[in-house]
Amino acid sequence: MIELRHITKVFNRGQVNEVTALQDINLSIAEGEFVVLIGSNGSGKTTLLNAMAGAILPSEGQILMKGEDVTQLPEHKRSRWVARVFQNPLGGTAPDLSILDNFRLAALRTQPKRLVIGINAAFRATVRDKIAGLGLGLENKLQQPIGSLSGGQRQALTLLMSVMDHTDLLLLDEPTAALDPKSAEVVMQTAERIIQEYRLTTVLITHNLQDAHRFGNRLIQMAGGQITRDLDAAAKARLRVEEMYAWFG
Amino acid sequence: MKIFRIPDITTDGSYTLGAVVTALLLTRGWPLPAIIVATMAAGAMAGILTGLVHTRLKIDALLAGILVMTGLYSVNLSALGRSNVPLLDVTSVFTALSIFEEQVLNELWVGLLFLSVLASLLAFLLRTDFGLAMRATGNSESMTRALGINNDHMKIIGLAIANALTALSGFLVAQYQRFTDINMGIGIVLVGLGSVLIGDALIGWLGIRSIWLQLVFVMVGCILFQMVLAVTLSLGIDPALLKLITALFVLTIVGIPRLLGRHAP
Repeated sequence: MIELRHITKVFNRGQVNEVTALQDINLSIAEGEFVVLIGSNGSGKTTLLNAMAGAILPSEGQILMKGEDVTQLPEHKRSRWVARVFQNPLGGTAPDLSILDNFRLAALRTQPKRLVIGINAAFRATVRDKIAGLGLGLENKLQQPIGSLSGGQRQALTLLMSVMDHTDLLLLDEPTAALDPKSAEVVMQTAERIIQEYRLTTVLITHNLQDAHRFGNRLIQMAGGQITRDLDAAAKARLRVEEMYAWFG
Repeated sequence: MKIFRIPDITTDGSYTLGAVVTALLLTRGWPLPAIIVATMAAGAMAGILTGLVHTRLKIDALLAGILVMTGLYSVNLSALGRSNVPLLDVTSVFTALSIFEEQVLNELWVGLLFLSVLASLLAFLLRTDFGLAMRATGNSESMTRALGINNDHMKIIGLAIANALTALSGFLVAQYQRFTDINMGIGIVLVGLGSVLIGDALIGWLGIRSIWLQLVFVMVGCILFQMVLAVTLSLGIDPALLKLITALFVLTIVGIPRLLGRHAP
């Protein structure tokens, strides 16, 4: 699905505060894989995710999406393949726009936004049905500004928005970090349900090792801008959560 | 009813630009529809220029606007040839479209005609998929980028539309007051800003969601703003103080929510 070849990212090159955030990363993620990415702060996980999304362009190396070279494509062009959920619930939604408006834009992620009124009765019904599936009681609040909802509700909706249009790669950057435990559980369950239902190729960054243990079928640990561990489904299944805590000594 | 969070000062220049283009073409006998197109195109160019300076050169939007506005002053003055051109012996839009005996009624009707056409077009635009993308751009840039929207293009198009409309108001005002003056645009951005803020306050209080009604309330805000200025002048205050009063009034609108400790608009 996505292949990273010799990806290196250097911030502030040639200055005193030069940082090598990614160092010669080679990574290939197959279709249907659910990769959990862990690592301490500053290990390069978020930079790696941003490089996949196109939010930052690599200093060196090549990125292929379904065999197509996308190395130089900015984020808004990579949206053809990639859907994102941000750590900050504010990041993935437009707060002053209604739930329905937000979903309309999400439904056009891979398409041009034309001069036509796209929100009609059929679209409204589709969105209502999808949101009803969340079980959060939001299906009757479609006209409400999305900013009036709680962080957990917004993250759950953002997840749902990511499958309103065709998605090849779903990137989740600590989607529950800003949430209370109960909301976090709702969001992670929603994520798991959507990923299974749509067979999404997914990369999840998390600091929660319980979540890292429980979800996904591949586990990657990063440190100092490099991949230090890469466990496949079988190895990950054998892994005990205590062993993971030991990695962070 | 704020689309972007850009305080676009190009307004001061494009308002005069609209009036200048109107004066030049009207005195040369161009047909009114062509003048409207030319005026709006000129305004749009000014907006595109500010948008390009802001997005391509990553210059702060406020400074980008100041740069273009300052440049436009010379453009306007050279184009006009002198600082003031009267428009007395021409067929203005108000005489061409007159249906009443009384001139003041014609001014009202032409104004209402323009307002309803523009409001209809804007209400449609803002409800389309493109309009949603534009509104979202001013709201959450990380979201719009992730949803395949080119924020830079959106800002440039938005500034082009805004300044085309500003130039069109220069077109109307020049013919209404029957002259174009090089200084008529000074501080006009505050009039726009004050009107939108009053409109926004009303929209917030009344919890209005419909785009149509929101546009109506921005117009109500504009009328309230002008009425405050008119009442102040009618109290016998020196007209030279009008700009000062405008500034203080907008300061009051912006400042009161902050003084009350509420979230600033």
